[in-house]
Amino acid sequence: MEFFERFAIPHPSPAIYASMVAIALTTIAVVVGLTYFKKWGYLWREWLTTVDHKKIGIMYMISALLMLFRGGADALMMRAQTAVPENTLLDAQHYNEIFTTHGVVMIIFMAMAFIIALMNFVIPLQIGARDVAFPRLNALSFWLYFMGAMLLNISFVIGGSPSSGWTSYFPLAGNELSPSVGTNYYMLALQISGLGTLITGINFIVTILKMRAPGMTLMKMPMFTWAGLITNVIIVFAFPVLTVALAMGTMDRLFATNFFTTTDGGMDMLWANLFWVWGHPEVYILILPAFGIYSEIIPTFARRNLYGYTTMVVSMVVISLLSFVVWVHHFFTMGQGALVNSIFSITTMAIAVPTGIKIFNWLFTMWKGKIQFTVPMLYSLGFIPIFTIGGVTGVMLGMASADYQYHNTMFLVAHFHLVIIPGVVFAMIAGLTYWWPKMFGFMLNERIGKWGFWFIAGGTVLAFFPMFISGLDGQARRMYTYSEGTGFGIWNMLSFVGAIGLAIGFALLVYNIYYSTRYASRDIGDDPWNARSLEWATHNPVPEYNFAITPQVNSSEAFWDAKKRGHKLFKAGYKDIHMPNNSGIPFIMSVFFFIFGFAFIFSMWITVIVSLIAILACMTYRSFEKDDGYHITAEELKKAESELRGAK
Amino acid sequence: MQIDKTKPLEYSTEQGRLNILGFWIFIGAEVMLFATLFASYFTLVDRTGSGPSGSEIFELTPVLIETLLLLTSSFTIGLGVHAMRLGRTKAMLTFFIITLVLGLAFLGVEIYEFVHYVHVGAGLQTSAFTSILLTTLGTHGLHVTFGLFWGTMIVMQVMKRGLTPATANKSFIFSLYWHFLDVVWIFIFSFIYLKGMM
Repeated sequence: MEFFERFAIPHPSPAIYASMVAIALTTIAVVVGLTYFKKWGYLWREWLTTVDHKKIGIMYMISALLMLFRGGADALMMRAQTAVPENTLLDAQHYNEIFTTHGVVMIIFMAMAFIIALMNFVIPLQIGARDVAFPRLNALSFWLYFMGAMLLNISFVIGGSPSSGWTSYFPLAGNELSPSVGTNYYMLALQISGLGTLITGINFIVTILKMRAPGMTLMKMPMFTWAGLITNVIIVFAFPVLTVALAMGTMDRLFATNFFTTTDGGMDMLWANLFWVWGHPEVYILILPAFGIYSEIIPTFARRNLYGYTTMVVSMVVISLLSFVVWVHHFFTMGQGALVNSIFSITTMAIAVPTGIKIFNWLFTMWKGKIQFTVPMLYSLGFIPIFTIGGVTGVMLGMASADYQYHNTMFLVAHFHLVIIPGVVFAMIAGLTYWWPKMFGFMLNERIGKWGFWFIAGGTVLAFFPMFISGLDGQARRMYTYSEGTGFGIWNMLSFVGAIGLAIGFALLVYNIYYSTRYASRDIGDDPWNARSLEWATHNPVPEYNFAITPQVNSSEAFWDAKKRGHKLFKAGYKDIHMPNNSGIPFIMSVFFFIFGFAFIFSMWITVIVSLIAILACMTYRSFEKDDGYHITAEELKKAESELRGAK
Repeated sequence: MQIDKTKPLEYSTEQGRLNILGFWIFIGAEVMLFATLFASYFTLVDRTGSGPSGSEIFELTPVLIETLLLLTSSFTIGLGVHAMRLGRTKAMLTFFIITLVLGLAFLGVEIYEFVHYVHVGAGLQTSAFTSILLTTLGTHGLHVTFGLFWGTMIVMQVMKRGLTPATANKSFIFSLYWHFLDVVWIFIFSFIYLKGMM
């Protein structure tokens, strides 16, 4: 029995027991369902072992949506708890756990997964490639991310969730003040999924640099691909910093080292610095792909080509460089002195310049355009004003001396939600709606989509604008309750109403997927939006080989030129296409990573060693395996293509 | 698979070229990893708490031996790749095996060094300084250990399959990795040991 005691929850509550039952029932339902419908083989062959970038992208997207609802449930609980003064829905410990997992899940497992989902699906198509440079590593990336996400998500039923904030500052996150295994979960889950992200970064840089269609020079790449390239460069240079910080944090907690302790020379501020040296570039890892998506959608529905292509690229490069030199603005109040604060204050405000350029470029793109108010365009239009308000308040926070007033108040919470939600979430839903026909061969319902947009946009405004006021009035973030005399009650109640609006909006998104899957027309052709870039030059949904003939590119809008200016995309005839084989190794290896992480969290060293050996065995197997892939012959290709055209 | 005869064997296939570029980018990430470790080391180097400082525990002899072993191994793997370019499989294998033996010797001396540190009261838990010292050295040592396993597998594959575009590609990438570990060691030698002993 003693062995099992370590897995007990330190602060159990009826809600947690209920979710244990729910998790058990769901697992049983999935297993029984798969067995009953005889789908195990299908699942293994088509999904678990796939190396196809399109399927991996779809799996990322499903995982991201699941995580959105997990994180969203946390958010609703937080807003419900603070809706009225002195509420007793949650106690302090649970509130701490929930705001921690909300942050971690939303940033690492929802937003990151969503941008990687769209990069996976879209970028190889936009550059006219067959797949990414390393298809197997791509599968490994996904499964590592997925296992990391699952690891964090089981924490609340096994051993207890982390509760020291998504930033996990030491000494709060140290053993003395966070004695449960929760923070171990944080360290290991982020480490494992971070490894996957780093691999993605390398994979996509190589893909974009080396696998573009003939004629597509760097300055003829579609803007989303540009954003993807820059994002992945940031990933490669930012994530190793997190790797080191997490390793040090893990060692402090499990091996009693003295990196971030307050004794024997340890320096707690080192964690804060390392965390934000990764953490601030991370913000741009999230926002740049979103900028890329808007740069695809706005020209498509304004029926104008993108204004200021070159300045768009330059401003993204400048943002990526500045993103590495602003991290101190996350802790202006922690005693660096006036000189250091001034320097970081200036670099922070400087980011507003390239960002402003981009905003004006989008506005000029729409200027005198014939705007079609489709769902993706509505999100893009909603993004501009809300994001600008979020961004401008960021400049306010960036002024070091004024920051002493705002620091760690609800004002800050309002600021970063008002950049991340219109920046990332709007872009993801817009991108999802825009590329949905590319993925599944039918469109999402516009009417339900528009209702969803108004609930989400309205909910965002209502949930977060009141926080500016309560924050300026002095409401600190992460407070689980407050007294009636503070007068925060009304603002928090409004936020709660806004949060419900957001929840309805997301529910509508899910309903839309269900509704459109059942009722939407499958007869939509290959180019339902009258779009501009190369991904629309192949079929809907995309065949496994992407393009039967490698396209020839002459500009950043090659497909538009093909439609309007008689540019010939496909010149050559059918040739054999080389395809990679599926492999179970990435999945199996990631399962061992999961076991490794779990055992590490609970200090079960024998299991750690065994799983580590299993991981190395997988790598050895891979090293010795001979796998040259297979070919789709020209005849097969010809047949498949004529069938695809005949179906129309 | 298209083979471009005008290029060296390791660059002759499309996938080979992608692998090499991908590995260079991976080395970029590794540079960031070690840069973070070095930055943390410089931050914590004087925070010795109740434990010893660098100049009290560093010993010149094992460090010099380690340096010599690793620098030589970087030279021999260079010779190995040169032999590979000339198509001389046997010479290449010999140089690769010498490289791995030198790496193993390096690891042996480093383990001796670690035992020594623990012996004189500078364990992983002693102070912030010893924590970051042993972590930085340990991360490099772990890379060498991983390299030994990896290199052994590549030697086995070249023995079994001969020099093909695939095995040549792997060997070349392994040599990049090995040179990189050498570069890191030069930084460790200069900024941790020499600076610490002054």
